[in-house]
Amino acid sequence: MTISQLSIFIENKSGTLLQVLNLLKDAQISLIASNIADTVEYGICRIICSEPARAYSVLKEAGVAVALSDVFAIELDNEPGRAAEAIGVLSKEGINITYLYSFLLNGKGILIFRTDDAEKARETIILAGLQFIAEKDLTHLV
Amino acid sequence: MIWNPNKECMSRDEMSALQGKRLHKIVEYVYHNVPFYRNKLQEMDITPDDINTIDDIVKLPFTTKQDLRDNYPYGLQAAPQSEIIRVHASSGTTGNPTIVGYTRKDIGVWSECMTRCLTAYGITRDDTFSVAYGYGLFTGGLGAHYGVENLGAAVVPTSTGNTEKHVRLIRDLGITGIACTPSYALYLAETMDKMGITKDEIKLRAGAFGAEPWTENMRKEIESRLGLKGYNLYGLSEIMGPCVSYECSEQHGSHICEDHFYPEIINPQTLERLPNGETGELVFTTLTKEGMPLLRYRTKDLCSLMEGDDCPCGRTAVRMTRIVGRSDDMLIIRGINVFPSQVESVVLSMEEFAPRYLLIVDRVNNLDTLQVQVEVRPEYFTESFDSLAPIAALEKKLSDKLKSVLSISAKVQLKAPNTIERSQGKSKFVIDKRVLN
Repeated sequence: MTISQLSIFIENKSGTLLQVLNLLKDAQISLIASNIADTVEYGICRIICSEPARAYSVLKEAGVAVALSDVFAIELDNEPGRAAEAIGVLSKEGINITYLYSFLLNGKGILIFRTDDAEKARETIILAGLQFIAEKDLTHLV
Repeated sequence: MIWNPNKECMSRDEMSALQGKRLHKIVEYVYHNVPFYRNKLQEMDITPDDINTIDDIVKLPFTTKQDLRDNYPYGLQAAPQSEIIRVHASSGTTGNPTIVGYTRKDIGVWSECMTRCLTAYGITRDDTFSVAYGYGLFTGGLGAHYGVENLGAAVVPTSTGNTEKHVRLIRDLGITGIACTPSYALYLAETMDKMGITKDEIKLRAGAFGAEPWTENMRKEIESRLGLKGYNLYGLSEIMGPCVSYECSEQHGSHICEDHFYPEIINPQTLERLPNGETGELVFTTLTKEGMPLLRYRTKDLCSLMEGDDCPCGRTAVRMTRIVGRSDDMLIIRGINVFPSQVESVVLSMEEFAPRYLLIVDRVNNLDTLQVQVEVRPEYFTESFDSLAPIAALEKKLSDKLKSVLSISAKVQLKAPNTIERSQGKSKFVIDKRVLN
């Protein structure tokens, strides 16, 4: 139902993101999606990758400030209005999105997001018949 | 255990009498041997015969770091060069370094006082002791070294640098005692973590920490990570080196070797002498020193004094509190006095942060700014750190606490673990970028 996401605290300083990416490269881990939320001094880099658990230990061992968290991933048809529909379902139940990012994979739209009420969101998504994407389906595509 | 009960446990009356006698002698000695002091005393119309009891000390002039610089290198030396057997120099980060020459007797007094410190920490001749202060011009390394040898314990002169090798020696030689700066002790703990060595694999049980200010929270952290008891060791090269005061098993204030170093606390602005319990600048008079005796030397260290004769350890010597700041590293930010130690106490009171911080003071559009950088502990980067809100909340929590302690607002910047520079000697906690016209 949920997939693992790496969240990395990085300073706004040249080379810090590259250091993280090089560590993943050396461990032969592939990036599926990523996103950076930034403030003036630091950012949080969120990464969906091929082997999140191994990526987590590789980064942790290298002293990177990294956390592993569960986020929702749903698959939508690549047509206008599908995202609005999906978010509308959550909004109607009073569930707020903490953050969200999206990408296209094999002609399907993938929404990655976190909400302020994971339990309720899960129920709502199931009842609305939205399509969860499982971690193995994501990772096996790369 | 007490190394020298005759002196360390002397009754207060006997101690005052001894100090008065020694003060008269040292004033007479500098009057005849140091032109700088003779001129000063003559200007004030004082002769050695005016100084007979320890209370007469208030008649004497102060000596400052600037006086030592102005008389660089040997101007305040009282003993002839033929009697000097060692020379140390203070760090001298600003201006001329301070040169201190020691006679054979001075080195003997130093070793004796250092041995009192080590004995108070529970070190005996059965111990193996690592001296991890820098050896060289700095008094830390050799000062502690001679004390350990005088005691009869086995000294391992590790000095600083090559920390991994040091950790292996601590484990392999079963080293039981260590002398180093408190920040180096934390660095050792971090190095052990990196090497995968736990505190159960080492036998350290006592640490003599000094040469830089530290706090109770830092003590707790060092004690729990290295599995030892950490004691304060205070000293300064102008007066002698490490050995001037030391904590006993009570860990409540440091007993001063006041038969050799007479302490006073003054108000740094008015120079007025302050009673016990009040915080001010610590001033020392060397009562027995031959090489470079100093009268009422202003240390710039801020602390207070307390009685020592009610200490359960049995010693009677006056105790000094921790150094709460330096009269010269006091920052004035937007007109408010700020001590780095205040920031440290706040940072260390919050378990989310590592004991590392950096203050950056600047002036933007004629307004002073204070930025506090702190490292979040790796274990606090948990699931909730995947969005900005909890990070902002943590920043706010710290800045609110800082505001309530400092009375000015500080901008907090959270840093990733291990990104604030470590030092092996004295840590640099403050960067003041203000350029004042």
